[in-house]
Amino acid sequence: MKVHEYQAKEVFREYGIPVPKGGVAETPQEARKVAEEIGGNLWVVKAQIHAGGRGKGGGVKLAKSLDEVEELAGKILGMTLVTHQTGPQGKLVRKVLVEQGLNIEKELYMGMVIDRASERIVMMVSTEGGVEIEKVAAETPEKILKAYIDPLVGMMPYQTRQLAYGLGLTGDLVKKAGRFMLGLYNAFIGKDASLAEINPLVITKEGDLIALDAKMNFDDNALYRHNDIVEMRDLHEEEPLEVEASKYDLNYIKLDGNIGCMVNGAGLAMATMDIIKLYGGEPANFLDVGGAASAERVENAFRILLSDPNVKAVLVNIFGGIVRCDRVANGIAQAAKNLDVKVPIVVRLEGTNSKEGMEILNNSGLSFITAVGMADAAEKVAKAAGVA
Amino acid sequence: MSILINKDTRVVVQGITGKEGTFHTQQCLEYGTNIVAGVTPGKGGQKWEGKVPVYNTVAEAVEKEGANAALIFVPPPFCADAIMEATDAGVEVIVTITEGIPTLDMLKAKRYMEGKNVRMIGPNCPGAITPGECKMGIMPGYIFSKGPVGLLSRSGTLTYEAVWQLTERGIGQSTCFGIGGDPIIGSTFVDLLALFKDDPETEAIVLIGEIGGSAEEEAAAYIKENMPDTPVVAFIAGRTAPPGRRMGHAGAIIAGGKGTAAEKVAALKAAGVHVVDSPAEIGATMAKVLGK
Repeated sequence: MKVHEYQAKEVFREYGIPVPKGGVAETPQEARKVAEEIGGNLWVVKAQIHAGGRGKGGGVKLAKSLDEVEELAGKILGMTLVTHQTGPQGKLVRKVLVEQGLNIEKELYMGMVIDRASERIVMMVSTEGGVEIEKVAAETPEKILKAYIDPLVGMMPYQTRQLAYGLGLTGDLVKKAGRFMLGLYNAFIGKDASLAEINPLVITKEGDLIALDAKMNFDDNALYRHNDIVEMRDLHEEEPLEVEASKYDLNYIKLDGNIGCMVNGAGLAMATMDIIKLYGGEPANFLDVGGAASAERVENAFRILLSDPNVKAVLVNIFGGIVRCDRVANGIAQAAKNLDVKVPIVVRLEGTNSKEGMEILNNSGLSFITAVGMADAAEKVAKAAGVA
Repeated sequence: MSILINKDTRVVVQGITGKEGTFHTQQCLEYGTNIVAGVTPGKGGQKWEGKVPVYNTVAEAVEKEGANAALIFVPPPFCADAIMEATDAGVEVIVTITEGIPTLDMLKAKRYMEGKNVRMIGPNCPGAITPGECKMGIMPGYIFSKGPVGLLSRSGTLTYEAVWQLTERGIGQSTCFGIGGDPIIGSTFVDLLALFKDDPETEAIVLIGEIGGSAEEEAAAYIKENMPDTPVVAFIAGRTAPPGRRMGHAGAIIAGGKGTAAEKVAALKAAGVHVVDSPAEIGATMAKVLGK
């Protein structure tokens, strides 16, 4: 699960990680009030969306007066921000974060991820802050320093010292960096994060280390033990159909094509999308109806994938294992009747009771197109959608 | 021959009295799996369905019934604990079916198993099966048949799809593993390829990968180096998956431009693996490779 920068900074505060003074606002007037409370004579107004590259897209601005804070907040709020991560359609800005301006001496990078290859949490730091870290990793990988953390022991102080000295820090800053890193590690563990990134992490002219930016992602599997994180979910940032699907525990991801797919199992669902493409079609979605594939789930799944107006045909691909195909077929027939489906539906059932399932569909009085095997199914659905 | 599990495997089911545990224990017993005990804390002393003795701890099940493998259906919040309990009790094989274990829990459990004489399959997987001998999982047993092909897959139903294509063509399997769709798993492709390499019955391998991580690239390097003469047929799911999105499995995500299907396909092809573009071609390609 993703959260906004201002929410990641709330988590940082909870763990004693230094962040700039600031607050979130939904109107220009609120933004002015936040700036007033912060005080000083320099502020930053930052668009809050779930995507990086906000500065380049015009979503981060400096203000030198309260009037300017209000004016800039008015421009940013309501704008559709396009960055390299939002796609060409961009994202509507509904909130801004107003923060104190800092006297920046140096910009660094700090990140924490779960490294799948080493099966360790890894902390990464670099002197190349403020630029895309993927670029640094590709061009000058030696400028990224890493510490691999044993999950049974946790991050040790010596690891923070190695990283801090490696960054060229001296004196008091080494200690400050150590506390900062242990704070970030504790936040990561404490909230079941899957990613934490601070880019840039700044050293101020006053000699402080402050998280100028903050990004955190959280492990969906662990949300059951973090109600505070669940409350941070911003449904505006998600695709409405995906939000709807998540209510029914359906794993749905909207894509740009015109062939809707309903499949049991994530791997088979991806493979189904792939084979549709091989036969000239474009998948409209990823949808895993799950192992149970009960009549109710099938009906909800149909309703959701058909509310995408681009869908011109649907492919149902079920490999019955423990789930019996005759039951799934009943669900499909019932759903097609209840929802008065207008687009062609190609059904491929294989595995347990697949023959019985096919009979149910053929005798349902509805016009299903039945298929044998995935290739046949993909070919038929591409034809039905008018693309091949 | 086969690898890891066979007719002599003595299975203890952790979470045997739960809904999933009960249903699948029944199915495994019908297949012929030698299930010797169950564990549910607080229900020790009972007999599950009147036939399988239930214990409070895995240690007791090992001591009293000689269990040497654990099949885990314990819910996610308690699953890492169950894995470590099985490890500590001394079972040699663990198959964890549970989906939804927090990644940080799994990191700890995996680290706990390091250096110990135990091999885990899963979590978030359909399990393992040696056709005709032992089924430790939730897969439909009847689609499998005995034979020379070892199968490794990150997916569940896609495994069934591939197995069905093999069985339909009269190509049987030695042992099949769903290795799991999570980012941190007990056994990787490489771990199990190393076991297949030394199994005289396994003549060829089907490898089903998907986007995310680098397990397929590591498998490719291993195959090239250690088993250049073993025919391997592979399919990688997710060529059409958008970057940055989790495709159902927690581990199926293209992150920071890494873990794409294209990279994996290229690495496997370079290792001499027969990579099929279509998931419908897995069985036919294996038949061709084996000269059937």
